[in-house]
Amino acid sequence: MIQRFANPNRFMRLSAALLPWMAGATVILAAAGLYLALFQAPADYQQGESVRIMYVHVPAAWMALFCYACLAAASATGLILKHPLADLAARSTAPIGACFAFLALITGSLWGKPMWGTWWVWDARLTSVLVLFFLYLGYMALVNAFDDPARGAKAAAVLALVGFVNVPIIKFSVEWWNTLHQPASVLKMGGPSIHPSMLAPLLLMALAFTTYYLWVLLVRVRAEIISGKIRAIRLRQVHG
Amino acid sequence: MGGYAAFVWPSFAITAVVLVGLLVASLRLLRSNEAALTALKAERDPKPSAGEAAGEA
Repeated sequence: MIQRFANPNRFMRLSAALLPWMAGATVILAAAGLYLALFQAPADYQQGESVRIMYVHVPAAWMALFCYACLAAASATGLILKHPLADLAARSTAPIGACFAFLALITGSLWGKPMWGTWWVWDARLTSVLVLFFLYLGYMALVNAFDDPARGAKAAAVLALVGFVNVPIIKFSVEWWNTLHQPASVLKMGGPSIHPSMLAPLLLMALAFTTYYLWVLLVRVRAEIISGKIRAIRLRQVHG
Repeated sequence: MGGYAAFVWPSFAITAVVLVGLLVASLRLLRSNEAALTALKAERDPKPSAGEAAGEA
């Protein structure tokens, strides 16, 4: 199945067909999620209305992790299987994941200030997510540091794979260490302990962020494929 | 927002700004690449009628 989509032209046709669906799904899921999050979901008995920040903070954090997993998978596929689109997918995923990590940090600070009394604390969860954000930035800098995009992709792929150890550290940080950040309420043994009236908007926003990621990923990979074609034509022009 | 408006609305606003901004930037990147490719192709392969008229091989 992966081999079928190794052909860039087939990918261009497939992505052209998928794009409007990703766009439409994102808009509808986001609208439904935001409506529930801002107007229907209850206030928290302890945190009051500030709990509504959860509906952007948690999906952003989930996506920051998910995108890094995609980045690592695409990097491994490019490095080991030399799949032509894998490097493009990795390069395209990084800025999206970086934005989600940034949003997780910023909305987390905006939530932490009223609830914890501080914008920041060097606990295991916050620190490891900051490291994740720096890994994304480092990946983006490295992949663009080479004249030859293939060399950049290879070097950055190694960074992405080495950095993947941070993902389970982030996930289990709230269990392994004493953290100010609260422990898991959704993805844990025994199932979610969060009330359905809060779980529904949370999942809707997470789905909206996921279709958003796919939408922007398809756009960026298309742009990369075209960029490759431009480079090929220019190289042929130079070398005759 | 129960006194938390100064924290809740900026959270949603910055999320919207960053995500919409990234989407717009990505679409513009795609558009400009498409335009550049079209221009390069036109330069390399001018229209058949023009090519024949100019005696191009």
